Amino acid sequence: MATSAGWQTTDAEVGAPSWQAAREKVERAEGEVVVDCSAVSRIDYKALRALEDLADVADIKGVKVALRGVSIEMYKVLKLVKLGSRFSFLP
Amino acid sequence: MISEKVEERARVGREKENGQSGEAPVKRQESSRAVTEKAASLSAERIAYLEGLVRQARTAAAVFTQYTQEDVDRIVKAMVLAGLANAEHLARLAIEETKIGVLEDKVIKNMVATEFVYNYVKDKRTVGTIHEYPERGIVEVAAPIGVIFSLTPITNPTSTVLFKCIMAIKTRNAVIFSPHPSAWRCCWEAVKIMAETAVKHGAPEGVFTCLESHTLEDNAYVMRHKDVGLIDATGGPGAVKAAYSSGKPALGVGAGNTPVYLEKTADLDMAVVDIIVSKTFDNGTICASEQTVVIDDEIYDLVLEKFAGLGAHICSPKETELLGRTVIDPKTGSMSSMAVGQKATDIARMVGISVKPNTKLLIAPIQGVGREHPLSVEKLFPVLGVYRARSVAEALKVCIDVNHLGGLGHTAVIFSRNDEVIQKFGEVMNAGRIIVNSPGSIGALGGVYNDMVPTFSFGCGTGGGNSTMDNVNIYHYLNIKRMARRTPPQMWFRVPNQIYFNRNAVENIRQFPSRSTIIVTNPSMEQFGHVDMVRRYLPAGTQVHVEVIPDAEPEAKVVMKGVETLNFYKADQIIALGGGSVIDAAKVMRLKYESPEADLEELAAPFLDLRKRVIQFPTVKTNRARLIAIATTSGTGSEVTPFAVLFDKEHGRKVTLADYSLSPDVAIVDPQFVMSMPKGLTADTGIDALTHALEAAVSVFASPYTDANALQAIPLIFKYLPIAYEHPRDEAARTMMHNASCLAAMAFSNAAVGVNHALAHSFGARFHVAHGRANALMLPHVIRYNASVPTKFMPSPNQVAYVADKKYAAMADGLGLGGRTTEEKVNHLVEAIEQLLDCLAVPRSIAELGISKEEFERAMPDLVKLAFEDPSWRSNPRMPLMSELVELFWKAFEGRGVASRAGVEPRLTA
Repeated sequence: MATSAGWQTTDAEVGAPSWQAAREKVERAEGEVVVDCSAVSRIDYKALRALEDLADVADIKGVKVALRGVSIEMYKVLKLVKLGSRFSFLP
Repeated sequence: MISEKVEERARVGREKENGQSGEAPVKRQESSRAVTEKAASLSAERIAYLEGLVRQARTAAAVFTQYTQEDVDRIVKAMVLAGLANAEHLARLAIEETKIGVLEDKVIKNMVATEFVYNYVKDKRTVGTIHEYPERGIVEVAAPIGVIFSLTPITNPTSTVLFKCIMAIKTRNAVIFSPHPSAWRCCWEAVKIMAETAVKHGAPEGVFTCLESHTLEDNAYVMRHKDVGLIDATGGPGAVKAAYSSGKPALGVGAGNTPVYLEKTADLDMAVVDIIVSKTFDNGTICASEQTVVIDDEIYDLVLEKFAGLGAHICSPKETELLGRTVIDPKTGSMSSMAVGQKATDIARMVGISVKPNTKLLIAPIQGVGREHPLSVEKLFPVLGVYRARSVAEALKVCIDVNHLGGLGHTAVIFSRNDEVIQKFGEVMNAGRIIVNSPGSIGALGGVYNDMVPTFSFGCGTGGGNSTMDNVNIYHYLNIKRMARRTPPQMWFRVPNQIYFNRNAVENIRQFPSRSTIIVTNPSMEQFGHVDMVRRYLPAGTQVHVEVIPDAEPEAKVVMKGVETLNFYKADQIIALGGGSVIDAAKVMRLKYESPEADLEELAAPFLDLRKRVIQFPTVKTNRARLIAIATTSGTGSEVTPFAVLFDKEHGRKVTLADYSLSPDVAIVDPQFVMSMPKGLTADTGIDALTHALEAAVSVFASPYTDANALQAIPLIFKYLPIAYEHPRDEAARTMMHNASCLAAMAFSNAAVGVNHALAHSFGARFHVAHGRANALMLPHVIRYNASVPTKFMPSPNQVAYVADKKYAAMADGLGLGGRTTEEKVNHLVEAIEQLLDCLAVPRSIAELGISKEEFERAMPDLVKLAFEDPSWRSNPRMPLMSELVELFWKAFEGRGVASRAGVEPRLTA
């Protein structure tokens, strides 16, 4: 299991490159990737699109992506854009 | 290569997600089918474009949910400033593109849409908790809608976009705009300015988008899209209809045809200027602008003169006819689009009417309203119909006609100083905005001439086929959730304010002065000398008449005879001397004496909550007669209760009246009056008192106040009832039983009784069995029933847990019956009751009364019906099912031994 830990994405400038890194990790990984979201206080538009992209890549690669430490607010956003079922969630 | 795969997998992933979204399968299929049908006329490329727009808006809306009130307020302020800065730029674009309206007025519109709307929204909360009502335990929490699809009109293009953008940001929604095709460029620019400003100040990217060169098919596709939450259609009937037909929640706001009543008391100078201001504003393009002015005959000529003096051209009949043929399409009966938003002089030129160069308005006198009078329809240009009315009635009728000619629900205007006429106008007009003594168009916009909510979307209610009649505002862009906290019910403890008890309590009637006292009693009270005893203590000079009634549950005719007596003697005091039947009769006599119009049948109407009952008891009292109740039995407690039971002989049922106005003013609980009670009556009434206490204690309305009385009464009854029964002359026992009965009555007066009484009322009425005896037959079975886990709980905010069994156990503890568990204690209580009933030698089964099983079985449907209709069970801790009532009746039929310890088991004998 690969783990990508500790990125913060509270705005596009900081967030986007980190999600890109996660995508790259997923492209290289097999099995399951855990993404630590515990420091994400607010997810922005670009980050959300990046997460959609991440889910798409994960589907193609057959990699399961688990999001760790997702806040209630972020969880709700993921549900609204219908990404909720495309990831698993870890406490 | 990889991107194609990603797209394909993304689609699969999204479909998977949609399938798990909780949407009803049928709805999803229908929606998919509808979209597919529409998609057939759209290219794959176009669909991808539209999907992209919706997806972008959905993502923005999702991100937006995380924003705080401060975030959105900051963005809104920046947008408003940007709107103000671009007001002229956008107005100019709109004029250039649409060729409709007046530049200066469009600037004003853009400023109203920003500054005035901001003034309204700036301090309003739209995120999280928006209102709190602590006294009601209600908190309103705002949630955004998500993606809004918004249609905007040609007449007010940029102002409507500005208005909707501000509303959307204030409420954290994303909007996809679909402007009128002939106003697309100016709207695109307005959306762009708003979007750039919003994003620059922190709004999510993609929060506003605008359909490019769209078609009706594009609109239909987006309207039906599953990710669009609301359609806000401001525009013509076609757009509104399409919105409502989409199957989506829609704010469709529509056309108007504003009638104006210019009444003779009006300030004519103000009215004429206001109408000109309004009708010429942006060349009449606001759909709330005046269309036909109905003028009182007395002022008609003067008004036209004033109009003419201020630059209006009054058309001759020939010009009116010509105008009607030209600016109104004879085929459709609707206004010609060529004239919309054009200047009066241009229209005159177009039609061939010669007018002065500075003419502002063309005024066309019309003789009626309807298709045969073309100029009576909506005209979004500076042409105004006028009608001479010979009376207020005629004026109102013509206004109604105009209102119904395509303007239902929209706007109506009146100029008058007569409040009565204004009020009447408001009542008869079907209009969301009834503008008084101010211009229709600018008045309806709100916030300028009045305190209505500023808007650019006028809801027209159901008359206009709209979902709202409001000035559409931020609250229509929110889902407002209401968190309702459990509120403790208001409780009470009401009893007569004077209760005199113990030996010689009757002497206290001396203190109540009376000119004319009626003593209501029954024959035995006279025989026992009780009536004389009462007479002895009445103040000297009191005229006394004795109304003797039969010794049975009172019928209405007995009551009415008593009322005749009260009236005849002009009674100012009623003394009820007797048991429950006599006191109940006296209560109802007083009710009818004080309020002759009181309808007993109506007052007995069923109710669930005393405070919310439909039928209210009369409060006006014509005679103010005092009611003193002297109890001569120790059981019913009627001397302190707000209940009265009448016997309805015709239907073989008991009718219960309940209201605190029935309660006696004074209760006398003097044991001298019960010393001569026979044994059977002592037993029956004593059991009734016990039942009152037991049922009040477990009632859903029980409170510490009622418990204090009920739980005090129970041990007194257990101790003194057998003594009073065996030794009727034991004054101490009689005194304590009399007090216990009153205590129990005070408890059930406020906590009510339960299913035991419902069963007893039904059974007693059907088989003519004394009330206490009927109670005794049910009591052990009902206690076991209530002590077991309910099939259905009784809804009651006063109960925070099911405690009936524990309360029974507490009673057992109070009686020192022992037991370790709740179940054991309940069993001991039932056994103690069984033993008490044995001591009192009351029948222990219905069968013992000589009622055959067959007869009882035949009676069962009636018994259950009457018991279920009886209000008593509605305070029972356990809601009885009809099948359970059947079961309880059968247990009572069979008697002891059937009261098994396992509670009621299902039985199918109904």
